[in-house]
Amino acid sequence: MSRAEDRARAANARTGWLLSAPALAILTVAAAGPLLIVLVYSFLTPGRYGNVVWDVSLDGWIGVLFTRDIFDGTLRLAEAHLAIFWRSVWLSLMTTAITFLVGFPTAWFIATRPADRRAVWLFLITIPFWTNLLIRTFAINEVIRNDGILNSLLIGAGLIQAPIRILYTDTAVLIGMAYVYLPLMVLPLYAAIDRFDMRLLEAGYDLYAGRLGVLRRVILPLVRPGIVAGSILVFVPSLGAYVTPRVLGGGKNMMIGNFIELQFGQGRNWPLGAALSILLLAIVMAALLVYVRATTDRGRDHG
Amino acid sequence: MADRAFAATRIPGFATVAVAVFAVLYLPILTLVAYSFNANNSIADWGGLSLQWYATAWENEAVKEATVRSLVIAAVASAIATAVATMAALGTTRRARFRGQTFIYVMINQPLMVPEIVTAVALLILFGVVRQALRGMGVVDLGLTYLILAHSAFCIPFAYLPIRARLEGMDLSLETAAADLYATPWRAFRRVTLPILAPGIMAGAMLAFVISLDDVVITEFVKSGGQDTLPTYMLGQMRRAITPEVNAISTALLLLTVILLTAFFLLTRKRG
Repeated sequence: MSRAEDRARAANARTGWLLSAPALAILTVAAAGPLLIVLVYSFLTPGRYGNVVWDVSLDGWIGVLFTRDIFDGTLRLAEAHLAIFWRSVWLSLMTTAITFLVGFPTAWFIATRPADRRAVWLFLITIPFWTNLLIRTFAINEVIRNDGILNSLLIGAGLIQAPIRILYTDTAVLIGMAYVYLPLMVLPLYAAIDRFDMRLLEAGYDLYAGRLGVLRRVILPLVRPGIVAGSILVFVPSLGAYVTPRVLGGGKNMMIGNFIELQFGQGRNWPLGAALSILLLAIVMAALLVYVRATTDRGRDHG
Repeated sequence: MADRAFAATRIPGFATVAVAVFAVLYLPILTLVAYSFNANNSIADWGGLSLQWYATAWENEAVKEATVRSLVIAAVASAIATAVATMAALGTTRRARFRGQTFIYVMINQPLMVPEIVTAVALLILFGVVRQALRGMGVVDLGLTYLILAHSAFCIPFAYLPIRARLEGMDLSLETAAADLYATPWRAFRRVTLPILAPGIMAGAMLAFVISLDDVVITEFVKSGGQDTLPTYMLGQMRRAITPEVNAISTALLLLTVILLTAFFLLTRKRG
């Protein structure tokens, strides 16, 4: 390679880095860098009134799964913590399943509209997506509370005598999360279905496949990358949810996000909170790796 | 043929589910909007049309302060985020790939990947340390600086993505033509690149603004006492008995979001 080419290359890279530098600086200071501090804090000792004492300790990490007996100092499995992890994972999986079951027909419906109307339907899905999460959660609160619209309607119709208590239960959190994260499922599913060659359906029917056969053997395998993408995009924020379980779950039905906050508030156990944050981050990163691999597979199939 | 393809794409029940989904998606929001005009003192019983909750919210000093604070933070943070994101987009598109480009992408998109609660906790710790250090040095209060810095950071990917999309669709030959006509690189950028890029920059700025305006979790952890934004004020109110005042604030915020999104939609719409 000639020296002129080398120099042009170096100049190109230098310009690229220089132009990106201000953004990288802000992100390092206020997004990526602080994560390292969290990692450090997870190995320190909790201070009496919150914060930390700079003594290295593994107690933060041990505390994720175990509690120490106050009398004899023996370790016991912390069942309350396990219950919170289980609730987080279970509710996130259920949210993913529900959003897929209703999101797939919705995405299909949008993708099969005439081209000029598709943008409008998509826009209708996008508005709630960009609308304040707090407002949407609050709207659900108004629907499902004891004196809310749902109960009023059911009582008015004579279907039930007393209001059904939904608010401050796991069901409320589930309804809320499915509601707020649904657009995250519909959008990637739509993108996958939009790319799908509809002539394959006719081929399927011509070969005497029934509707279910075409759905199972033709459609679902081909839109799989969209299904994976949508599932990850719903699962990841569900697992880290904070606002929805706080507003709809009340104080008792905590998920990991609320449990982390508790450690930095009343719990006064910052190292445990830091360890939980790193754990959550690790799970999310693992899920995103699955996502990246699934989406690159698609590229290989087509290329 | 188009007709036949259309028939084959029909799956029984799907349209019904889809219509139901759209109804369920919008009914709670519309109910919330409707009840913000409720004359009654409760959020359950309808007592006729009234603007009283808007008046109550308007006269509430805490709401006024939180609104101004939200708008100031969103304006400053989205301006910063858009400026640095535009530069980064110019640095990472339409040039030969260079070492570290993937690293830059990952860094820019990092706020989209890390759960908000984790970033919130991380910033709580970092800014706690910084505040203490500054207090030791005699600097007492940096005001909204922490919130603006935090918001600028998580707004960057939202500003970056539409700008990059616009840049990638741009024709390099226009700038080459400008250079052929003896325009200096800076002049070519100002007179050719920037005007074509402008809708992308506007779109990015609007998304960043909406994202900053909507943030609850990170703001809740970073703010110090008396620094409530509109969303954190609302979250605080929800702990107590909820009055339709929150509906009124929500509706106003909703209206602002829809206006900005419609503008975004029109700006990024493909022409022709």
